[in-house]
Amino acid sequence: MLARLASQRFLEIRQAFRHSSQAFRSFSTALNYHLDSPDNNPDLPWEFSEANKAKVKEILSHYPSNYKQSAVIPLLDLAQQQHGGWLPVSAMNAVAKVIEVAPIRVYEVATFYSMFNRTKVGKYHLLVCGTTPCMIRGSREIEEALLNHLGVKRNEVTSDGLFSVGEMECMGCCVNAPMITVADYSNGSEGYTYNYYEDVTPKRVVEIVEKLRRGEKPPHGTQNPQRIKCGPEGGNTTLLTDPKPPPCRDLDAC
Amino acid sequence: MGLGSLASRTLTSSRILSSQYSRFRPIVTKPGLQSPDASSAAAAAAQPEPTPPPPRKPVGGARVELTNPDDTIEVFVDGFPVKIPKGMTVLQACEIAGVDIPRFCYHSRLSIAGNCRMCLVEVEKSPKPVASCAMPALPGMKIKTDTALAKKAREGVMEFLLMNHPLDCPICDQGGECDLQDQSMAFGSDRGRFTEMKRSVVDKNLGPLVKTVMTRCIQCTRCVRFATEVAGVQDLGMLGRGSGEEIGTYVEKLMTSELSGNVIDICPVGALTSKPFAFKARNWELKGTETIDVTDAVGSNIRIDSRGPEVMRIIPRLNEDINEEWISDKTRFCYDGLKRQRLNDPMIRDANGRFKAVSWRDALAVVAEVALKVKPEEIVGVAGKLSDAESMMALKDLLNNMGSNNVWCEGTGTNPNADLRYRYLMNSSIAGLEKADVFLLVGTQPRVEAAMVNARIRKTVRASNAKVGYIGPPTDFNYDCQHLGTGPQTILEIAEGRHPFSSAIANAKNPAIIVGAGLFERDDKDAIFAAVEAIAKKGNVIRPDWNGFNVLLLNASQAAALDLGLVPESSNSIDSAKFLYLMGADDLNLDKVPADAFVVYQGHHGDRSVYRANVILPSAAFSEKEGTYENTEGCTQQTLPAVPTVGDARDDWKIIRALSEVAGIRLPYDTLAAIRSRMSTVAPNLLRTDEKELAAFGPTLSPDCTQKIDSTPFKAAVENFYMTDSITRASKIMAQCSAMLLKK
Repeated sequence: MLARLASQRFLEIRQAFRHSSQAFRSFSTALNYHLDSPDNNPDLPWEFSEANKAKVKEILSHYPSNYKQSAVIPLLDLAQQQHGGWLPVSAMNAVAKVIEVAPIRVYEVATFYSMFNRTKVGKYHLLVCGTTPCMIRGSREIEEALLNHLGVKRNEVTSDGLFSVGEMECMGCCVNAPMITVADYSNGSEGYTYNYYEDVTPKRVVEIVEKLRRGEKPPHGTQNPQRIKCGPEGGNTTLLTDPKPPPCRDLDAC
Repeated sequence: MGLGSLASRTLTSSRILSSQYSRFRPIVTKPGLQSPDASSAAAAAAQPEPTPPPPRKPVGGARVELTNPDDTIEVFVDGFPVKIPKGMTVLQACEIAGVDIPRFCYHSRLSIAGNCRMCLVEVEKSPKPVASCAMPALPGMKIKTDTALAKKAREGVMEFLLMNHPLDCPICDQGGECDLQDQSMAFGSDRGRFTEMKRSVVDKNLGPLVKTVMTRCIQCTRCVRFATEVAGVQDLGMLGRGSGEEIGTYVEKLMTSELSGNVIDICPVGALTSKPFAFKARNWELKGTETIDVTDAVGSNIRIDSRGPEVMRIIPRLNEDINEEWISDKTRFCYDGLKRQRLNDPMIRDANGRFKAVSWRDALAVVAEVALKVKPEEIVGVAGKLSDAESMMALKDLLNNMGSNNVWCEGTGTNPNADLRYRYLMNSSIAGLEKADVFLLVGTQPRVEAAMVNARIRKTVRASNAKVGYIGPPTDFNYDCQHLGTGPQTILEIAEGRHPFSSAIANAKNPAIIVGAGLFERDDKDAIFAAVEAIAKKGNVIRPDWNGFNVLLLNASQAAALDLGLVPESSNSIDSAKFLYLMGADDLNLDKVPADAFVVYQGHHGDRSVYRANVILPSAAFSEKEGTYENTEGCTQQTLPAVPTVGDARDDWKIIRALSEVAGIRLPYDTLAAIRSRMSTVAPNLLRTDEKELAAFGPTLSPDCTQKIDSTPFKAAVENFYMTDSITRASKIMAQCSAMLLKK
């Protein structure tokens, strides 16, 4: 009896090891410490482009001048867009200089949020929503299709540097599940778009990838031609007219 | 059945002393069992005056000063009323009431984080348990720390903390002094139920002093807050989120702050430990000796932990006035220099120039012979940086009895003036610096000269936004500081009011001027002091209620030396010396010593001066003798011997006393009490330990100075923070630090 329990426990532990990559998910794709590499080290110079410097000033004007620190997230986002979808350490140092804080404070913010990529991503960073509503509608198959088609693993960049696939949390398109997001870093911060492609199927998602590869811009939104936005196939069955205005309260009664 | 009777018999036999009728159960009647009237009457009669609960003493070093009677509020801790000033937190109120609440992230000297949740207590009318470290105590609050809710909260929090904590106790250096161990024994549940996988974290390299095993980290963020607030270097941060949080520097950065060793004390678990002390000893096998640090002039209170004859580590002691709870890295890690390059036998240099170990009798005979042959004006004595007051007293007495008055202490310059004490002490006292709102640092870099004074300045700057102006070579400061100039010209400008900073001093309520003792070495020091005193007069720095004129000394022996009057008769006596007695003096320039001079070196390390010495007399280091030291603010403190002396070494003053006997000019003291009473005839404040003797007179008595100021810019007095005296120069840890941690 003990032997059976022991072997059962052993199998459980083996299984835990197998799923250990998902047992403690790091919420960010990169490690919480920096390793110098030739294209990511503090000695590489980095600064905002001229056009972005104007944007930086505009962003800083949203916050009180003695709380420049509050602008850290929008500035990191701008830096990420400028650098092709990811933040090298020198960009974080540059942002720290702009908002006049010690670099470690910027590192803390950048490691906290998982949408700040601190390792390279592809020019088109494909994010597949993996939360429950999408999952039960088949997001795992979408992800598998993407990974097989591109020949990469999660968070890896393809060899031509164009695509990478990541997992995202719920993006609010549960009615149009499953969906992917394409973060388009191919045109720097001016041409940055973050578009949802909803109601995708494994076949459709591969088509989208190939269209992106050719440089086309497939229409975003629902990929089901019979739906309009989040309405059902065949058109809305409710909310066909403007809502009735509420009965006006008799203001003179009281 | 048989077991049952046996059990009952053992139970009754154990209570045999408590009750005479152990085998009978006496039947008594109680008032309540009788008629109702009788019960209430008996109840009324049977209630004596309730004895007032015994007064509770505050725990955890808590002290309360109810300065403003309008501001005190009363709260109830476990039913016990306690009066506290407004603004105190629930945890502080409980400490005053004598209840120690467990905590990990709260530290009395750091900002409140409130992230460990171990301090949860129950507060009446609160729906949830309350984080006592963060909740301000409101009047009339009823705080309950020993209810089932509070206990369950603590057990739960402890369980969570232990979930991801590795089973490292046998190999962890913090074992035996670990907050997690102690609190889990006292407040945690007795069994765990965690069967999942624990997370592990990569270790970070913080330098040669702090060993990191980040898997053990419980993310209390004490180290992050310490580095940001007290040390002033924003290097550490909390990266990531959730269970994957890591404390680190993100990029590979060493902790170069001079206070970095204090994170070892602060970390409640074994995540940050002392790298030189790693795996050396457990804390229960160490004997702690409360003594004083002598590597700088601050006189930080330390506890030397030793095991047998070896000093294993140095830990800070609490002293609110001097070093609070911190010590600098030099103080903390210089102890391994006590084991290297030690002089343990008297030695005489023979004709070939090689040293030969001899007995004390022979060595003293040789020294006495030469001393008596030499003319009195050719006898010179120099006391070292680490000399205690007793030995300096003995040295001066000996040399005076031999007819010479050319005895001085290293670092006091060629022409020291010991007439007016305010000119060489920190007159506002180190704790008093907290009241200052403007600082003018003249020729001093407090960060490397006296790290604890720098910490205090930083505390003041942080708390009250004090302005700091600095005159000297460009240096790094860990607080905002205006670099006003590099030389004496700036002092003159400020004195005459031409400099923008003079208005800052004029408008300040409590301006403080800190002059560095490096200026003692300059020839124009009197002129510089006169100029600084002019600034002081103009800025009303010296007043009956506030004396902001401070001198920051460099060595532990300078203040006592000047108090004892170690002032040489002539400033260049070394050039014509025929008998030079160096008592631990290693930083003296020996180039000018004549080639035929007979040099005696009495010290504990074979540092620089032994190369020129003719006779070596080994003496005890600060950890091996009971000596009196006076720190830069004039507070007399005593070291206690923690470990036995090395080899045949003796106390400094005893060697001089023995030498005086052999030379025929016997000094009149044989015991420590006797030499101390001799000291009291010269400087009675040196006997009053732990008391500050403030300077009695001010600049009204200082003579006018007609010297011209030399416009050479000020030099840095301390080149290498980690290697300033014979002990630190012999230390391997200090060598590693100066190789890796000094800013290039």
